Parts: sequence; C-alpha cells; structure tokens
Amino acid sequence: MNPQKRFVWAFLFFLPVLFVGVFFYWPLLKIFSHALDGERINEFWSYLSSKPFRQIAWFTIWQAFLSTFCTMMLALPAAYLVARFSFPGKKLFQALTTIPFVLPTVVAAGAFMALFQRFGLDQGMFRLHHTVWALLLAHIFFNLAIVVRTVGSFWAGLDPRVEEQAKILGAAPWHIFRKITLPRLVPALAAAASVVFVFCLTSFGIVLLLGGPTRATIETEIWRQAVWRGDISVASVLAVIQLGAVMVMVLIMNFLQKRQAVVESKVELNPERASRKLLVGNILLLGILVGLPIVILVERAIGVGDGYSFQNFSAMADRISLVPLSSLAALKNSLLFAVVAAVLAALLGGVASFFVVHGNRWLSNFLDFGMMLPLGVSAVVLGFGMLISLDTPPLDLRSSWILVPIAHALLGIPFVMRTVIPTLRRIDPSLRESASLLGASPSKVTKYIDFPIAFRALGVGAAFAFAISIGEFGATSFLPRSPDRLTAPLVLFRLLGAPGEALRGQAMALAVTLMVITAATVILIEGSVFKRETIRSDF
Amino acid sequence: MKKFLLLITVIFVVITVTTCAEKKDDTVTLLTHDSFWISEGVFEEFTQQTGVKVEVQMAGDTGQLLASAILTSSNPSADVIFGIDNTFLQRALNADIFAVYESPSLSKVSEEIQLDTQHRVTPIDFGDVCINYWIDSFSSDLPPPKNLDDLIDSKYSGQLVVQNPETSSPGLAFFLATIAEYGDDWELWWAALRDNDVTVTSGWEDAYEVEFVAGGGEHPLVVSYASSPPAEVIYAETPIDSPPTGVLTDTCFRQIEFAGVVNGTKNQEAAENLIDFMLSNTFQQDIPNSMLMFPASNEAELPATFAEFAEVVEDPYMLDPEVIERNRNNWTERWTQIVLR
Repeated sequence: MNPQKRFVWAFLFFLPVLFVGVFFYWPLLKIFSHALDGERINEFWSYLSSKPFRQIAWFTIWQAFLSTFCTMMLALPAAYLVARFSFPGKKLFQALTTIPFVLPTVVAAGAFMALFQRFGLDQGMFRLHHTVWALLLAHIFFNLAIVVRTVGSFWAGLDPRVEEQAKILGAAPWHIFRKITLPRLVPALAAAASVVFVFCLTSFGIVLLLGGPTRATIETEIWRQAVWRGDISVASVLAVIQLGAVMVMVLIMNFLQKRQAVVESKVELNPERASRKLLVGNILLLGILVGLPIVILVERAIGVGDGYSFQNFSAMADRISLVPLSSLAALKNSLLFAVVAAVLAALLGGVASFFVVHGNRWLSNFLDFGMMLPLGVSAVVLGFGMLISLDTPPLDLRSSWILVPIAHALLGIPFVMRTVIPTLRRIDPSLRESASLLGASPSKVTKYIDFPIAFRALGVGAAFAFAISIGEFGATSFLPRSPDRLTAPLVLFRLLGAPGEALRGQAMALAVTLMVITAATVILIEGSVFKRETIRSDF
Repeated sequence: MKKFLLLITVIFVVITVTTCAEKKDDTVTLLTHDSFWISEGVFEEFTQQTGVKVEVQMAGDTGQLLASAILTSSNPSADVIFGIDNTFLQRALNADIFAVYESPSLSKVSEEIQLDTQHRVTPIDFGDVCINYWIDSFSSDLPPPKNLDDLIDSKYSGQLVVQNPETSSPGLAFFLATIAEYGDDWELWWAALRDNDVTVTSGWEDAYEVEFVAGGGEHPLVVSYASSPPAEVIYAETPIDSPPTGVLTDTCFRQIEFAGVVNGTKNQEAAENLIDFMLSNTFQQDIPNSMLMFPASNEAELPATFAEFAEVVEDPYMLDPEVIERNRNNWTERWTQIVLR
C-alpha cells in the first residue's frame, strides 16, 4: 500500500470515528462515569431484581419483537410493489410512505387517538386506546417506511431473471418467494429489522401517550428516574442495560447481513406494470394504516369552527405571545438543521460505508457496529452526557445550535449506512476487477463504478436523515437551546401545551406543513438522484 | 477523491470555527424551562439600564431544567436559573445550586410565597393548578362539583381526567392538593376516585387536548390551570366573549416559580440585577400573556382578559417544599399502587 493510499484509508476510517467518538461515546462515557456510583451497587441490584423492573424489561422486549415482526410482515407487499413494478404515481406513493417518519410522536399519537374516537375504539369491547394494540399500530405506522424503503431499494436491484426462470420451470409463486427471493433478501431484511427493532425498543412518546400511564418501557423508565426522581444513577444503569440489549441485537443482525453476500450484476430493469390486485391490496392496506391518521390530521388542520378554512396556515407567520417564535420561523430553523444533519450524515455515513465494505475486515466490523449504537441509546442520557462533556472550550457547545443537527446526524448515519452498505456489497466484484484490468486506477474504479451505484442509496439514506431530523423531538428536547433556534416539533409541542383552539389548530397546520415539506424533499432528492443515475450509467 | 476529502475537511473546519465563538462578558445567561417566554423588547430595557445583554437558554420541562442545572453545577453554563417551582424547590436547595441574594424588590412580593427564608431563590410568578370543567356539560340538574369530596360522588363517575404525578407537573400538583386536604387519608380518597372511574394520562397534553371536551374528548372535568379559561378566550379560533370552561376554585394547588443566582457564577452583579429586573413592572406585567401565570409583584397590573376571566383563588392548597421532597417518591409509589395497578 503506498503512503498516499494509506492516508486516504486512515482518513476514511478516522473521520466518522472522530465524529461519533467526540459527540457520542465521549458524552456517554462521561455521564456513565459521573453517575455510576460503585457504592450504590447493592441498591442498583435490588432495583434490577425487583418485580416492577422485571415487568418493564419484559414488556420492553416483547413489544419490540412483536412490533418489528408485524411491521416486516405488513411492509413486505409494499416493498415488493415498489421494487418490481411500475405504476402511475409510484414516486408519490414512495414519498407518502415516508411521511409518518417525520411526524412528531405527539402529533401522531393525537391522530391515532382521534381515529379511535371516530371509530368508537376508545372504549368498550374493542377499545384500542391505552392498550398494547395502540402501541403496536403506532409502531407499525412509524416504521413501515424504513422497511419499504430499505428492502424495496435492495429488492429492485436483485436480478428478476432468476425468479422468471424458476417460473418457467414450473415452480409455484410461493415456492419461488420462499426458496429464491427470500434468501436473497436476507441482508436487506436483517438491516431493516434491526433498525425497526432498535426504534421500537427505545420508543418513548408513543409508549407514554398511546400505551397509557400503566405501561412503561426501559426508555420511559430512564426518563422518569432521571427527570422526575432526579436519580441520574439509576437512569444510567438502565441506559447501560438498554444499550446492552441493542448491542446484542445489532450484532445478530450484522452477522445475518454478512452471512448472505448477494452478488449480482445490475441488469437493466423493465419493470412490469403492477397487477390491479396487488396495487389495490397495497393501497388499501397502507391507506388504512398510514393514510387514515394522516387524513385526520389534515382535517384537524383545516377544520375551523364548523367549516373548513386555511386560517391556521396563514396564521403561521405570526408569533403567538406564548411562543418565542412564529411557526414559520421554527420551520426555517428545522429546515436548516435538517439540511446540515442530512449533509453530515450522508458524508460521514457514506465514507463509513465505503470503509466497511472495502476496508480492513476487523476495523470495518468495529466501525459498522460502532456507528449503529447511537440509534439505541436513551435520548435523556445522551442529552445529559453532552451537557457535561462538551462544556469546555474549544468544544463548549452547550449553547450552540450546532449540537442539534449533530445529534440528528448521529441518528441519520445508521440509516445512510444501512442503505449504502448492502448496495455497495452487491456490486459485482468482477465489474471492479475488469475495470482494474482494463487499466482503471483504484480511484477511477471508485469514481465510475462504486459512486454511481452507491449514489442512489446515498440519496435514499440522506432523505431518511433529513426526514429524521425534521421530525425529531426526543433527543432535541434534551439538548439546551436558545429561544430563536427552536425547531418546528418543539414549537408544535409548546402549542399543544396551552389551552385554546387556535393553538391546537396551528399545531396541526404545522404538522401538516412538516409532512408536505418532507414528502416534497424526499421526492426532490430522489428525483435528482434517479436522473443522475441514468446519466452516469450510460458512460 | 482528493477533492472529496478536501470538501469534508473544509466543512468540518467551518463548523468548528463558527461554533466556537467566545462567550462575551457583557451577557448574562438565563437558564429556564420551555414554557418560559417574555415579549420582545422587555430584556432590551434591561440592556439599556445595565449595558448587559440577556441570553436565554431553554432546557426542557422543569424536571429537565433542574436535572441539567444540578449536573452542570461544577461548571455552570448559566448565571441565573428561572423556573424551579415549589414542588422541586427543596431538591434544588439540597443540591446547593443557588447563591444567596436578597433582592430589594422583595418588598413588593407577598411574604406567603417567599418560601426560602435564606433568599437563595426569589419568587417571580405563581399560578394555581385546579380542576377545569366544560360549562356546557353541566346544568341545573347536574351542577359542576364544588370540591374534592364531590369528585368521588357517583354523580361524577367517569368524568374526571388527571395526570400521572410521576410524569406530569400539574398531575403532581393536584396529587399534592389531595394530600394537603386529606393528610394520611389521601389513599382512601384516591381508591374511591379510582372506583369512580377516573382516567389517568401521562401528561397535560393528552389529558386536556385529547380526553377533555375542549380537545374533542368526552370528559368534562380535567386537571389544568386557573389561567386556562382566559387562554381559551385569548387563543379562540373565532372570537368569543367568555370562556367555555370554568375553574373549581376549591381544588387548587398553588405553584410558585422561582429565580435564583447560580452558585459559582462569574457574573454575580449582572445576575443580581437580572433578578431585580424580573421583579420590575416591565417584566412582571408581561408574565400573564407570555406565560399564563400571575405576577409575584403586588404592584403589577393584570392585562384585561386576565383581570376579567382568570379566577382569583382565595385559599389554595400548599405544602412545605421540604415535606414534598422528603415524601414525594414514597407517595407517588403508593399512588401508582393504588390508582394504576
């Protein structure tokens, strides 16, 4: 390896490592070492072996498993539809599935509760409100997009001729799916499932609002201990346990993801038109799961008195006396943060993905694993950790706005990596080899083969990071902030935090605007990515 | 490739440089909770008087605010902290995060709400957590309940929404009201309330904005604030003459919010000036419309909507902060056993 190349590799490795090291591991270590007091070990132990804690731990794990399973099951048909077929409004369909992702949990939970009321599911025999089922539904609603997107984009790149040949040879469709398609999908399925699982395991707002006060997960318990009881120590012990659970899960999934190295040359796809049955079935399913809550939100945003009007939207430019910012100004902040977070996540996640796929095996395992953990850490504990670790110049960021997009980027990087890594792995090595044989330098190989193919995945990942950032509430609410830098979800929460119809109406209008912006951005990012890909692929 | 690496480096350098601007000496930092706000121009008056700018930092709800203040106490980022209320006060005092400062403006503040005799904290505003009722849901046949005793009457079965005192600030305040009223018998009252089909939510938002009639729900009684009815008027979608909700003034617990100079601040003088300023008429008279609380100063005048629609609670429930802090965790644990299990 020549020195220059070595330098490039070191750079590729250390840039993301430095980022998560400074902004994630250092704060985490600091808070743990601050809070974990060895003298209280007996106290911790008796808490951990108490019945309430065992109930919490058990509930946390089984609801996460069940939520993940249901989400995967319900999302597969849509992923299939997106991957293999063309139909009018496909891009819109894809963008719409992303919307739930940006909805702050307060708003989504409100939409679900309104939905239950509308259909009489809030009491009586078929009560959903304040039950486990409400929680499951909401988890599916939020996480469907992850599976449809990551599995869908991977599936689209699989060579469909294998299935076609099996079909010609007389295999039954179910058989083909089980024996041929499913095994090849394992890497993407594992990647999606691990993210969904981690999300459900650490879910916070949904559990509090929809699960009702009798249900607690480790995450809500961390919050209760740290904020309400002022016991950072017990909160940290819980955070360590939660992190442990997440680590185990990520390790299993990484193993599954790698065991199945799917190598295929990308073929020019001529997607069939989707059959009516598939299309209608999918649209019905997603319409109920994703569409209904959204429709309720829109209705609440434009419902004024007994009629409909856009006054809630036009009022967004005016500041309400209770809130430091107008909704419009908050949206501007959110957009700025989301762009910074998406750029950071795409750059760092892209670099890390490239190293994970092509770098030293041990280091790349380490990197792959280490970049994933921010998704699974308690927002409360990380927020407090940042507060006590990033407190001395030159890194006194406690009052800096950059902390918010940095925290968002930490959450976005795993998404970028989950979409880019499987795609990079799938690039046929013979393609790279022949390019080298034909005299292309390694950087040329990267430039003309890896980049164009990974670009689309990078776009999908960046869109995800953007969407996560613009709707993020949990981590943001635990970071210090100045009033003129409040994000839209924070303002939205403040609007819902005081009585008055106008405030509620504006909160809903703000939520709808957030959804529209996200859908539009996703369409825009992916649109430009797709175009770019066609230009590049005919070189 | 090299261009790419260069680009990344440049981005990082720019970010590092822009975020590491040095803190200036002529600012005083006020750490507070998310519900804090004051109109534009109010702090500018402070700057004109003293030449010092006020930088506001928000840290989440009151619990988060206190937790961050305690965590950063060895290297505080703020000079003044505002927003610790009487339910959290003792925890803050035990953690020694405030320095003593007796403001001359305290003469304008009633002794009743000056809870810390050592003047480590100064009362700035107060409000009452009370049960609100939806006026149209009651009539002469079924008048609204009057007091806590009435709430366990089967007439009002299934009508009340309260918040979990382990996860909500008004929920905790209302819970403390029942302890102030019934003493050790509070457990009996809550058991009876549970039998009377009370609904419990995690926070104020899902109680008021979802379960209460105002938010589209079916419950006509909810734990909220005495200032909620004027807010219903001020923030109505179509202008209304009077609020659709009323307050049960015999169910109220008084919340008092305090400000204090941070122990270890390098800006002692500016911090003290800011406390004085927060008791000035300029600041105090802005509190109702900006924070939906009542000014602590007797000299401050209330805005019209507030004067007209906000119920003045004559004799609210109160508990000694020291008693609250000492018993709180045991109480809420017992409460969870009785009401939720």
